[in-house]
Amino acid sequence: MSKSSVQAKIRSNPKFAEMVGKRTRFAIILSLVVLVPYYTFMMLTAFNPAFLAQPIGEGSVITIGWPIGVILVVGSWLTTGIYIRRANGEFDSLNEQVLKESHK
Amino acid sequence: MKRSITALVAGLMLAATFTVFAAPGALEGVQKQPINISAIAMFMVFVVATLGITYWASTRTKSTSDFYTAGGGITGFQNGLAIAGDYMSAATLLGLTSLVYAKGFDGFIYTISFFVGWPIILFLMAERLRNLGKFTFADIASYRLDQNRIRTFAAFGSLTVVCFYLIVQMVGAGQLIQLLFGLEYTYAVISVGILMMVYVTFGGMVATTWVQIIKACLLLGGGTALMLLAFAKFDFSFDAMFNQAVAAHKAGIKIMAPGSLMADPVSAVSLSLALLFGTAGLPHIMMRFFTVPNAKEARKSVFYATGFIGFFFLVVIILGISSIVIVGQDPQFFEGGIIGGKLLGGSNMPVMHLAKSVGGDIFLGFLSAVAFATILAVVSGLALAGASAIAHDIYARVIKKNTATSAQEMRVTKIASVGIGIVAILLGLLFRDQNIAFLVALTFGVAASVNFPILILSMYWKGLTTRGALWGGIAGLVSAVGLVILSPAVWVKVLGNAEAVFPYDHPAIVSMTAAFLVTWLGSITDKSVRADAEKDAYEEQYIRAQTGLGAAGAHAH
Repeated sequence: MSKSSVQAKIRSNPKFAEMVGKRTRFAIILSLVVLVPYYTFMMLTAFNPAFLAQPIGEGSVITIGWPIGVILVVGSWLTTGIYIRRANGEFDSLNEQVLKESHK
Repeated sequence: MKRSITALVAGLMLAATFTVFAAPGALEGVQKQPINISAIAMFMVFVVATLGITYWASTRTKSTSDFYTAGGGITGFQNGLAIAGDYMSAATLLGLTSLVYAKGFDGFIYTISFFVGWPIILFLMAERLRNLGKFTFADIASYRLDQNRIRTFAAFGSLTVVCFYLIVQMVGAGQLIQLLFGLEYTYAVISVGILMMVYVTFGGMVATTWVQIIKACLLLGGGTALMLLAFAKFDFSFDAMFNQAVAAHKAGIKIMAPGSLMADPVSAVSLSLALLFGTAGLPHIMMRFFTVPNAKEARKSVFYATGFIGFFFLVVIILGISSIVIVGQDPQFFEGGIIGGKLLGGSNMPVMHLAKSVGGDIFLGFLSAVAFATILAVVSGLALAGASAIAHDIYARVIKKNTATSAQEMRVTKIASVGIGIVAILLGLLFRDQNIAFLVALTFGVAASVNFPILILSMYWKGLTTRGALWGGIAGLVSAVGLVILSPAVWVKVLGNAEAVFPYDHPAIVSMTAAFLVTWLGSITDKSVRADAEKDAYEEQYIRAQTGLGAAGAHAH
């Protein structure tokens, strides 16, 4: 079977469109989940540093900026976990089906 | 005000990247220390162990695929450690702690900026890199474009980044080793260069990866142990640590909130663009994605790498804050015993002093050995990336047009590795005592404005043509290099002019825009027959990128 006919089969397989569409949307959403809070944080440090300078509790020297920063780091890492969970599971099994069906 | 921001940003750039010297003024005031026996002994153990691995690796490095990508047989977990190793350099340990030590919260902001690029690399690039790539990033950039022109240009982009970066690393290595081991600069540079050549020439990617993995474990383990020892001094209480830090620091409560770092949003955005996309355009980082068997493992490696890097960065923050209390109030770490004066050994030393204070001379020796190992591992990765650009892209594909035998190509990779080692030693000696701050901006500027745009557009944009990629790449290269020359780091500090023509140390905000714009213009106006064929070829590339159909696989040993 020629290379181009395998490709044509993949292209016309609705599962391919489904997989690519879902995965692309998911990647964009997660990118926003990382970038929007990060740039919001950066803009706060530039334009409203007083917000981040509030103490976390009465009489504490620790400001809310610190836990927010930690959440940014840990949260960004968790998004990578969420992505690979779905990509290595649901998306990859769709992908395998697409590849298998293209060789029939 | 502007001057101090510029100075800070310049310092930050150095701190952040994998360089060794970070904080402003670090390049001055390095004096040779007495020979540190325990550090040298521990480093020797590392060298012997890694040479043993290199010997083992050399028996497994038979084909070009073994050499460039360890045969694609590295697992996601191993590769995650190796990527983390590439990213966590001596600079992260020394530079970021000294930044937190000096600036408090601003150091934290910087650390976060240096981190958030990783999830984005995973979401947008990891699986496509793996599915399309074989040995080098030029494989992807020239996938459906002109093999001669685009491959040559991409290889040139890789080599430029590798060279600039090697200079930074070699100069930093020489100075750090002089400082920690009491070894003469010249000998330090030569020994780093020779060890790097041995690892890469004989062990290829297998050895380079394992050296990186061992070093990542040492750095993670050593950093964590130091953090626990230091944090124990505060009975593991954040309240106690921060309270005492505020009391000890000359800026007082100001270290707890954002300060001057973000006062100039444009330069901060330019910096964050450079870090984010420059990282994604570093050839030795991209190459790591070809060492795993498939897209699944490529994704896993980013997950593990991000976890290790994030953990380590949080450890570094605690090290920096606790140094404010433990190192900042101890006269033995200041020149002449004057607290608040100049730190012994320069402004990058807080973490080393912290190690001595809480762990004694043995721990200091251990951490020094880890720092040396770190430099060695990073330069090896760079040398390997450079050697593959020369041997695979330029020799085998462009000059020999795919007719070179595996044996011929292997011979060229080895010659290229030795050549790069010699060049690195010479550059290290040549740039001794030079102000090299601008080289970091140049490395990341070129990576973000030349390599990254070509790579990402070739993967995502059907309309990209050879002409567009070439024009855009040249526009990115010229504007990145030109703006760095006009920036404060070169125009003022190296050339001695009073006022910089371009006010920001980092060109990315302008040069990346220029690269993308020119690539787009050059492509849409390209009506040649070749351009149409290139656009038609996108379909095949797209299906392979998405499904991995026809992707280079792992081969069994």
